[in-house]
Amino acid sequence: MSDNNIQKREPLFSMKNRRLLSNPIGKENPITVQVLGICSVLAITVQLKTSLVMALSVVAVMALANVIISLLRKTIPPRIRIIVQLIVISALVILVDQILKAFVYDVSRQLSVFVGLIITNCIIMGRLEAFALSNKVWPSFLDGIGNAAGYGAVLLAVGFIRELFGSGSIFGYKVIPQAFYDIGYVDNGLMILPPMALITVGVIIWAHRSKDKSLVDVS
Amino acid sequence: MYSNKYIFLYASAMVVIVAVLLSVAATVLTPFQEKNVRIEKMQNILSSMSIESTKKNAEDVFAKHIIESKVVNYLGEAIPGDAFEIDLLEENRKDISLRRLPLFVATLNSDTLYVIPLHGAGLWGPIWGYVSLKSDLNTIMGANFDHASETPGLGAEISTPVFESQFTGKKLYDNNGVFRSVKTIRGGADVSDNHGVDGISGGTITSNGLSSMLEQGLKVYEPFFKKLKDI
Repeated sequence: MSDNNIQKREPLFSMKNRRLLSNPIGKENPITVQVLGICSVLAITVQLKTSLVMALSVVAVMALANVIISLLRKTIPPRIRIIVQLIVISALVILVDQILKAFVYDVSRQLSVFVGLIITNCIIMGRLEAFALSNKVWPSFLDGIGNAAGYGAVLLAVGFIRELFGSGSIFGYKVIPQAFYDIGYVDNGLMILPPMALITVGVIIWAHRSKDKSLVDVS
Repeated sequence: MYSNKYIFLYASAMVVIVAVLLSVAATVLTPFQEKNVRIEKMQNILSSMSIESTKKNAEDVFAKHIIESKVVNYLGEAIPGDAFEIDLLEENRKDISLRRLPLFVATLNSDTLYVIPLHGAGLWGPIWGYVSLKSDLNTIMGANFDHASETPGLGAEISTPVFESQFTGKKLYDNNGVFRSVKTIRGGADVSDNHGVDGISGGTITSNGLSSMLEQGLKVYEPFFKKLKDI
């Protein structure tokens, strides 16, 4: 056997693999570019804490789902692949929900139904279908982490803006000094309502596109 | 191409594996979850009397302050049972004569307090709470409310300390001894109003649900209050 036949092993963090992680945070962001998973962004970004737990839960579910589907990819009959993906995601989400209920009970109370609704987060199924079904385990894992991080980054940005202007606090700590309120500053009640989340996401998309012109569709 | 047999086997095997996995997880985690629910309930009862507690010491503080967890019937007579284990949702569905009414008797700074659990309906789902009465069985010492799925920022405000603290000092009976309960007032309650608190803007249905929960939930204890006052 000549040396040429032995494929050179790709380093764990090759250029290509690093792109899997970084692209979804910027250029291929699932929320601001692909506009997926919007409903959960609207629902749970009133506070930073819930945004953070939601982001972490999605990271866990997405990374594991991608790995499992990638492991099974050669055995899954194409005709029932959507069902298989759904079952894997649902099982993981139920696990995450149960673990949150057992160990971080108060946060799980705040997230309430939205943990269960991770199942319907189209980003997760989108990545399984588009990436994990046709790629090896390690790249799939990175792709899952990257996309979930891209989702989480937007979630945290929106949560930050909404909590700061809606409740005057960050992670529950008051940051706007009492003196401001004394001279007539009022928390913006509109920020607490879902429509403002949509507007905030819109502003983030606008900022993102005006910074990266290649995202603007000129056709 | 996969055969039908393979697809069926694959699907069945997958379902069985996932089912086993989830059952195991549920069995292992249930004790933790139940403990969380118990502790949260204890903390809510304590917080209705403005007693601070943490997750760690809730059980001890609860045992120290709560001297009796009793159950009474609609005539105000004590019946056997543990107030802590009573499911109010179930009791509220029963006819009044069959209802078991839970009640906690507590002691704080050598004063006797009565904590009454309540359960009602908000806009999207159930709301519940605890109201603690001073030993005159008229003045509210404090209240604690919670909800399953009220709108954040609107109806969900009932569970905030700002809203709950309004109840302190309110009275159930007017000067003539008529039961008036405490109601949420749209547009804000007058400071001198002993039976009203500010309603929540944008949370009218939750506020109304809370008012009727208080009225219906507390009224059934009237015979019990009378008995206790007569002694």
